[in-house]
Amino acid sequence: MEIFGIPLPALTGQLLLGLVNGCFYAMLSLGLAVIFGLLNVINFSHGAFYMLGALLAWVGLNNFGIDYWAMLVCAPILVGLFGMVFERTMLRRLYKLDHLYGLLLTFGITLVLEGLLRSVYGVSGQPYSVPTALQGVTDLGVMLIPTYRLWVVFASLGICAITWLLIEKTKVGAFLRAGTENPRLVEAFGVNVPLMVTLTYGFGVAMAALAGVLAAPIVQVSPLMGSNLIIVVFAVVVIGGMGSIAGAVITGLGLGVIEGLTRVFYPEFSSTVVFIVMAIVLMVRPNGLFGKEMA
Amino acid sequence: MKTKLLTLVGCLALIALPYLVYPVFLMKILCFALFACSFNLLIGYTGLLSFGHAAFFGAAGYIAGYLLRDVGLTFEVAVLVGTLGAGIIGYIMGGLAIRRRGIYFTMITLALAQMVYFVFLQAPFTGGEDGFQNVPRSSLFGLLNLSSDTTMYYVVVGIVILSLVLIHRIISSPYGNVLAAIRENEPRAISLGYDVNKYKLLAFVLSAMIAGLAGATKAAVLGFETLADIHWSTSGLVILMTLIGGKGTFTGPLVGAFVIIFLENKLGEAGTFLAHLTGIEGFQAIGESITTVIGLIFIVCVLAFRRGVVGELMDRLTQRNAVS
Repeated sequence: MEIFGIPLPALTGQLLLGLVNGCFYAMLSLGLAVIFGLLNVINFSHGAFYMLGALLAWVGLNNFGIDYWAMLVCAPILVGLFGMVFERTMLRRLYKLDHLYGLLLTFGITLVLEGLLRSVYGVSGQPYSVPTALQGVTDLGVMLIPTYRLWVVFASLGICAITWLLIEKTKVGAFLRAGTENPRLVEAFGVNVPLMVTLTYGFGVAMAALAGVLAAPIVQVSPLMGSNLIIVVFAVVVIGGMGSIAGAVITGLGLGVIEGLTRVFYPEFSSTVVFIVMAIVLMVRPNGLFGKEMA
Repeated sequence: MKTKLLTLVGCLALIALPYLVYPVFLMKILCFALFACSFNLLIGYTGLLSFGHAAFFGAAGYIAGYLLRDVGLTFEVAVLVGTLGAGIIGYIMGGLAIRRRGIYFTMITLALAQMVYFVFLQAPFTGGEDGFQNVPRSSLFGLLNLSSDTTMYYVVVGIVILSLVLIHRIISSPYGNVLAAIRENEPRAISLGYDVNKYKLLAFVLSAMIAGLAGATKAAVLGFETLADIHWSTSGLVILMTLIGGKGTFTGPLVGAFVIIFLENKLGEAGTFLAHLTGIEGFQAIGESITTVIGLIFIVCVLAFRRGVVGELMDRLTQRNAVS
């Protein structure tokens, strides 16, 4: 069977690959949106923390024999703790200043992390094998797909949904949203806002690391894996608009799929298509697809 | 009077330097200094943080390299076309980016610059991952052969000085004052009746063209052009140069460019020297992880020295004058 002259398996294969990429975009841009919402910081180091998650999983397996499932829990916790220390000791000092300094500081920590890890592990990608429980393919009736990819899609959609519920439907989330509007008022209610900020940063960063562990068996694990991804995620964020959490997830998934489709029909454009979409969206809706009206 | 004297001493030093230091290294510093100055025109005098300036620097370098090697045009034509090309890219990028402010502006410039990166990665004439090799310097107006390093050096000095004069004219003109007003208080500038977006866009295009001039000159000087110049890490580097020297100061970016290029080129030697001196092998590793060192400098600058070297110095001087 063919659609527009493209064999169906190739089309669905690329679509699935796009969907998997979209899941990573969604998880990363969701974390960025949560951090931006409360801290007003564009976390440039998000890509580095994603890389750190994947690399920790790899080191855990190769040097200490810790398996995938344990690292799926440990790596985000470790990276989250590191993020919280970073927020407490450095990022905190910049809140009173222009937001751009937050971006620059996180850019600096990215350079340090990448530079250090590159001199230890080199630039070549390290393979990470798929955990035994998720090896093989699953028959969906219309097509066969690698079980691991299916797991990634379900896991990240689940995480995105839980995060959305946490922020939109719980009391903690209510404090969080109120804190973005008026931190002093929330403080007057007896909420420890600085602690909340630290925990939020840790949570966002841990989510990036979790995405990294999920990605480890699919992509080549290397110190450079985050640096190009982060720019795409920034574009996703601009397209979606910073205002909404659901916007980050929907835009991330959608752009992943668009990228996959472009790879089928016009491969040369697959790495640029996200930025082209961004340029078009900016011309029509400068605030992004789901963004609120703001300066 | 003091500044005039300093300028004179600076010019004399520039004339004498190629007899003391390797001229190609000096020219590389000068090109990056000009690049940093173009960036400072935006961040320091207009308050716009562009994270995509490498796109202009690299694109102009590619255009100039192509014209010099494959079309066989002379130096001044190649550089001029490169500069104009950067201006056109700047007009498109700026037109899209100035619709948003602050952090969004920054992210949009970054993403658009990445688009330019991919275009140059895949365009048939750029040589992809390999880039351009063996770019000839050709000659100036078909008369002056530029293959000698010393001759080229004086041409580059001329270009940089002329550009600095131009930048100085821009920032001290009424137009420059409007830019400063936008930086300080944009709503007020709007309410005074200025078409803020038009002013910002012009500043963006001017800055892009000067960055392009620097990039095109650099491609001719070094004789090659690679994707590294157009990659976003170069945009980060130019931000760091400006930050280290002091944004919003006229000489700051020059100092910053010198510090960073010096570190990039000599850090390895410094590490080896320290290892020899102290017998500690660990210093040897410094040279291998320049990224780490540059990142650390970045962090220290953002946390502690936001005014930069020149900014802090000027601050000290004015305070001393105020006391005496």
